[in-house]
Amino acid sequence: MRLRSIPISAWIGMFGIALAFIAALFAPWLAPYGEREIIGAVWEPMSWQHPLGTDNLGRDLLSRLIFGAQTTLFVALGASVLSFTIGIVLSFIAAVTGGWIDQGLSRVNDLMMSIPTLIFALVVLAALPQEIWILILVMAVLDSTRVFRLGRAVALDIAVMDFVEAARLRGEGTSWIIFREILPNALSPLLAEFGLRFAFAVLFLSTLSFLGLGIQPPEADWGGMVRDNNDGIIFGVPAALIPGGAIAALAVCVNIVVDWLLRRTSSLKGGRDG
Amino acid sequence: MRNEDGGGSLGLSPILRLILARLGLSFLLLFGVSLMIFVGIEALPGDFASTYLGQNATPQAVANIRAQLGLEDPIWSRYLQWLGGALTLDFGTSWASGQEVSAQIARRLSNSLFLAGVAAIISVPLAIILGMIAVRYVDKFPDRVINVVSLAAISLPEFFVGYLLILFFSVKFGIAPFPAIVYPDMGLWERLGMVALPVATLVLVVIAHMMRMTRAAILSIMSSAYMETAELKGIGAFRAILGHAAPNAVAPIVTVVALNLAYLVVGVVVVEVVFVYPGMGQYMVDAVTVRDMPVVQACGLIFAAVYIFLNMAADIISILANPRLRHPR
Amino acid sequence: MADALLEVANLRIGARTVEPDGTRAMLEIVKGISFSLPMGRVLGLIGESGAGKSTIGLAALAYGRGSVEITGGTVRLSGEDLLALGPRAINAVRGRRVAYVAQSAAAAFNPAHRLGDQVIEASLRFGLMSRREARARAVELFALLGLPEPESFGYRYPHQVSGGQLQRAMTAMALHRKPDLIVFDEPTTALDVTTQIDVLAAIKRAIEETGTAALYITHDLAVVAQIADEIMVLRHGEMVEHGTTAQIISDPQQDYTRALVNIRNVRKEAATDQSSAVLAVKGVTAAYGRGPKVLDNVSLHVPKGQTLAIVGESGSGKSTLARVITGLLPASAGEIWFNDAPLPPRLANRSKDQLRRIQLIYQMADTAVNPRQTVAQIIGRPLRLYHGLTGKTRQARVQQLLDDIEMGSGFADRYPAELSGGQKQRVAIARALAADPEIIICDEPTSALDPLVAEGILRLLMKLQAERDISYIFITHDIAIVRAIADSVAVMLQGRVQRFGPREEVLSPPFDAYTDLLLKSVPEMQPGWLEQAISARRMESGGQ
Repeated sequence: MRLRSIPISAWIGMFGIALAFIAALFAPWLAPYGEREIIGAVWEPMSWQHPLGTDNLGRDLLSRLIFGAQTTLFVALGASVLSFTIGIVLSFIAAVTGGWIDQGLSRVNDLMMSIPTLIFALVVLAALPQEIWILILVMAVLDSTRVFRLGRAVALDIAVMDFVEAARLRGEGTSWIIFREILPNALSPLLAEFGLRFAFAVLFLSTLSFLGLGIQPPEADWGGMVRDNNDGIIFGVPAALIPGGAIAALAVCVNIVVDWLLRRTSSLKGGRDG
Repeated sequence: MRNEDGGGSLGLSPILRLILARLGLSFLLLFGVSLMIFVGIEALPGDFASTYLGQNATPQAVANIRAQLGLEDPIWSRYLQWLGGALTLDFGTSWASGQEVSAQIARRLSNSLFLAGVAAIISVPLAIILGMIAVRYVDKFPDRVINVVSLAAISLPEFFVGYLLILFFSVKFGIAPFPAIVYPDMGLWERLGMVALPVATLVLVVIAHMMRMTRAAILSIMSSAYMETAELKGIGAFRAILGHAAPNAVAPIVTVVALNLAYLVVGVVVVEVVFVYPGMGQYMVDAVTVRDMPVVQACGLIFAAVYIFLNMAADIISILANPRLRHPR
Repeated sequence: MADALLEVANLRIGARTVEPDGTRAMLEIVKGISFSLPMGRVLGLIGESGAGKSTIGLAALAYGRGSVEITGGTVRLSGEDLLALGPRAINAVRGRRVAYVAQSAAAAFNPAHRLGDQVIEASLRFGLMSRREARARAVELFALLGLPEPESFGYRYPHQVSGGQLQRAMTAMALHRKPDLIVFDEPTTALDVTTQIDVLAAIKRAIEETGTAALYITHDLAVVAQIADEIMVLRHGEMVEHGTTAQIISDPQQDYTRALVNIRNVRKEAATDQSSAVLAVKGVTAAYGRGPKVLDNVSLHVPKGQTLAIVGESGSGKSTLARVITGLLPASAGEIWFNDAPLPPRLANRSKDQLRRIQLIYQMADTAVNPRQTVAQIIGRPLRLYHGLTGKTRQARVQQLLDDIEMGSGFADRYPAELSGGQKQRVAIARALAADPEIIICDEPTSALDPLVAEGILRLLMKLQAERDISYIFITHDIAIVRAIADSVAVMLQGRVQRFGPREEVLSPPFDAYTDLLLKSVPEMQPGWLEQAISARRMESGGQ
C-alpha cells in the first residue's frame, strides 16, 4: 500500500484519532492543571491561561478535557474490544459449526437485538450497582449482538467457498478452518466493523454519562462534562459544547477512516474484472 | 397455472402464511422481551432494595422496603401479575411518586409520538430526495459533498446538536423557545412552535443515517441488469426510472424508512432530556436515575414493542412487495 | 459497400480503471476493429474471454457497459455514424433499428412486470403499432419461437418460467420491433445442452423468416458454425481472421483459429479391461434432509488408472454423487467401496489416510483456492498434513509439483489473484496431487475455462494419469470431453443412472431415449448439422 494512495480526509481522520490517544495516554504530562483543581471563577471565557475557559466549578476546561479523553477512550476501547471478541468468537463458531448451535445462538441474538441498545442499557443499569467494570460489561454484551450479526454474515460468505470445503475434505479441524482459512479473508470487513463499534462505543458511553448513568463523579468522561456544564447554555455559555464537540470530532475521524477502509476493499474487489 | 401448493393445511396463500408467521414471531419476541425485562433483571446480581436505598440500606430498612414493594413474593407470580396487568395496559404504581404509571405513560407516549412523528414527516421525504440526488451525481461533486456531510452528521451525538441549536436559536437569536413546554390543551401550531428545536435535532441526526441507506438502495437498483436492458431498448432515462426502477425501489426504501423510524424511537430519549420535554424518554431516564423499577420496566416494554412493531412492518412490506411471493408459480 | 447495413471502421474501445491509490488510467480493450455487415447476413464474433466480443456487440448500439468508453472509430448504421448521435437520436435507433439479446435473460427482465408488457414496451414507446397489434405480434413471435401456450405466455412473470423460455422471450422482445440488426450476446451459454438446441433452432428460424441481420457472439465455434454466414475470430481486442463460415471451419489460415477449430482432438484409446475397481458405488440413494431423492439406487465403478466420465445435465445428481463419495453427504442407502473395503459414509468417520487417497477438483478455481495463501502454501499444506514434510524437503517437493503442472518455480510465492483461471486450476490440481491420491474426482474442472485453456488442462490430466496411474471420476455435461478422454461412461438423469459401461458401448446405438436426445443435442462443427438435428427431432415426434 503506497502512502500517497491515502486520501487527505483519511490522513485527517487518523491524525484526529492519534491526537485523542496521545492526550489519553499522556494526560498527566500534557494537562496544564490538575483534573480537580479549582483555579478560577465559574465559566470564565477563553483566555490565555485557560484556552478553553473554565467549567461549572471553576476548573480548567482544557485539562478536564485531556483527562476526560483518558476515561472516554479507555472505557470505550475496553468495551469495543470486549464486544468485538465476544461477537466474533460466537459468530464464527456459529457459522462454521452450523446446526443447533448456530440456530440457538442466532435466536438468542435476535431476541437481544429486538430491544434498542439504549433502552436495554437503561433497564439493566437501573438494576445494577454503578461500577466502571459493570458499565463496560453491559456495553460490551449489548453491542456484541451487532458484531455477531455481521461476523456471522461475513463468516458464512466465506465458509461456502470451495476452498473451505476443500479444507474440510482434507480433514482439517474446526480451529484451523476458522483461523487459517476464514479469518484471513475476513480481516478487511472486520477491521472496518471494529472501527464502527469503537465510534459507537464513544457515542454510547457519552450518551449514558450525559443521562447520568455512565461514569459517575468524580471521574469524568466527556459525556459527563457535557452534563456538568449544560446549565450554562441558557446563559449563553458554550462550555458544554466543548466536550460535546470533542466527542463529535473523534467520532467523525473514526468514521472517515472506516469509510476509507471500506472503499478500499470494494475497489479491490471490483477493479480487476472485465 | 394453478397454485399447486394448495396452501397447506389451512388453505392459505403462501404470502398470507409468511405474514402470519412474521406476526407470530413478533409476538413471540415481545413475550421474550418481557421475560428479559422482568425475570432477567431479577436474575442479575445485586438486590433491588439495597441499591434502591443506597447508603441507608440497613437490614431492617431493606426488609421493610422488600415487604412494602411486594418483593417477597415468588418471581413467577410477580411476573405473571405484571404481564397480566400490562396486557390490560395497567402497569402498576411508581415507587417514587406512588402514582399510576399508566396515566403518566398515556400522556407522555402521545407527546413522544408527536415529536417522533413530526420529525419523521420532515426527514423521510428529505432523505429520499437527497438519496436520489446523490445517485444522480454518483461519485461526482454533489455526491461527495453529501457523503462527507452525512458522515459527519451520523457522528454527532444528539445532545451536542441539541445544545448547539439551543445556544444559537434560543439564546443568541431568541427565535425558538426553550425548554419545550407542552401541555394537553395546546393548539397544533403552538405545539409545533414549541417542538421546533427538538424536531430539528432529531431530523439532523436521523436524516444522515437514512440518506446513506436510501442512496445505497437506489444505487443497487440503478445498477441492475434490467435497467441496462431498458436503456438498450431506447426507453429513455426518465421512463426507465419511473417504470422500471420505481416498482423495485418501493420495498428497499420502505424497509430503510421503517428501520430508521425505529432508530428515531431511541433518539427521542436523549432529545427529550436535552429539551426537558415531557415525553416517555424523560420519564424513563428519571425513573432509572432513582431506580423506580415499575416505571423502568413499563417504559422498556413499550419502547421495545414499538421497535419490534416497526421492524415487523418493514419485513411485511418487503414480503408484500416481492413479486415472486405475490405471484407464485 | 452500398448495401452494407452496419459498417464498423477502426473501432477503438477502452475501459477506465481507478487504482486504489486514485490514479486513473484507460485500458485498451478493443484495438481497431473494422468490418461491414450487409442486410440479412449473420456475422459470428468468436473468441475467448477478454477478446472484446461483447464490448464490440454493445458498441453497435453505441453503448459501453460500466466504465467502458468508445474512444475512436466510427459505427455506421445505413451510413449514419451512431457514435456522433445525441441521446434522443440514439434512443430512437435502439428502439427501432438495433436490438440486444443479453446473456442472462433472468437478470435482464424486470421481476416486477409481466413478460408480455416488457416485450411490447419498446414498440409502444416509439409508436410502431397500437397496443392490440403489439399484443398480437407478441403472441405470433412466442409461437414462432416455440414457447408453450403462446396466448397466455405474456401474462407470466419472469420468475415463473424457465431459463430457456426466458431466453426465447428475450429474443421475442428483440424481434418485436422489427429491427434491422440484432446483437446476440452468448444467448445459449448458460443453458443445458438439450435446451440449447431448441433455442438455437428458434433463433435461426426467426432470423431467416424476418430477414434480420445479426451479430452472434459466442466462444463456442460449433454453435456459431450453425448460425453464422461469416465468422470473425477475435483475440485480445484484435482481429485474428475473418471469412465465411465454410472457409474458417474447413481451411483456417491462422494458427490461433486452427487451434480453436481443432480443440478436443485429445483422443485417448479407451481401456478395455474394466474388471478391477478402485472405487465402487453400490446402490447408493441419497437426499438432502427430508427432501426428495437426489440419487436413486446408483451403481457404478472406476477401474484403477482409468477415467470414468459421469455425464448429465443440471439436476441429474452428478455433483451430488461427488459429495456422497467424499463423505460430505452421507448416503441413506447403499455403500461406497474403496479398494475392496467399505468407506464410512460420513467424512468425520474416515481416517486421514482414506481422506488422502480421494481428492477433489472444483469447477471454479477462483473460489477453490484461498486468496490469502501463496501457491507454495496451498500446495504445501497437504504435504505437511499427509506426509509430514516440512522445511527444505517440502520446498523441494513443491517445486517438483510445480514442474508436474507445467508451471515454473517463480510461481511459488505468487498469490491466486496474480494467476489466470487456467493457472489457478493447475494449482488446484497440484494440491490434489500433493496428497498422492489414488483417485481424483474432477467436478466439471474445465466448464468455466476458455476452450484452449480447457484443452491444456485436459492434456495435463491425461499426462498425469499416464505417469501415476491415478483414476479419475470426471463429471461433465460436455459429450465432446467424454468422447475424448473417458474409458467408461455413466449417463445420469434425475438421480438415476441411465446407462453405464465402456465408452464405445455407451456411445453406440441402440440408445435409451435420454442418451439419444443428449447425444443428438451436442453441436457439431459441420454446417447444416442444426437443420439435420431439428428435422430428425420433428420426424420422431411426428411419427408418434
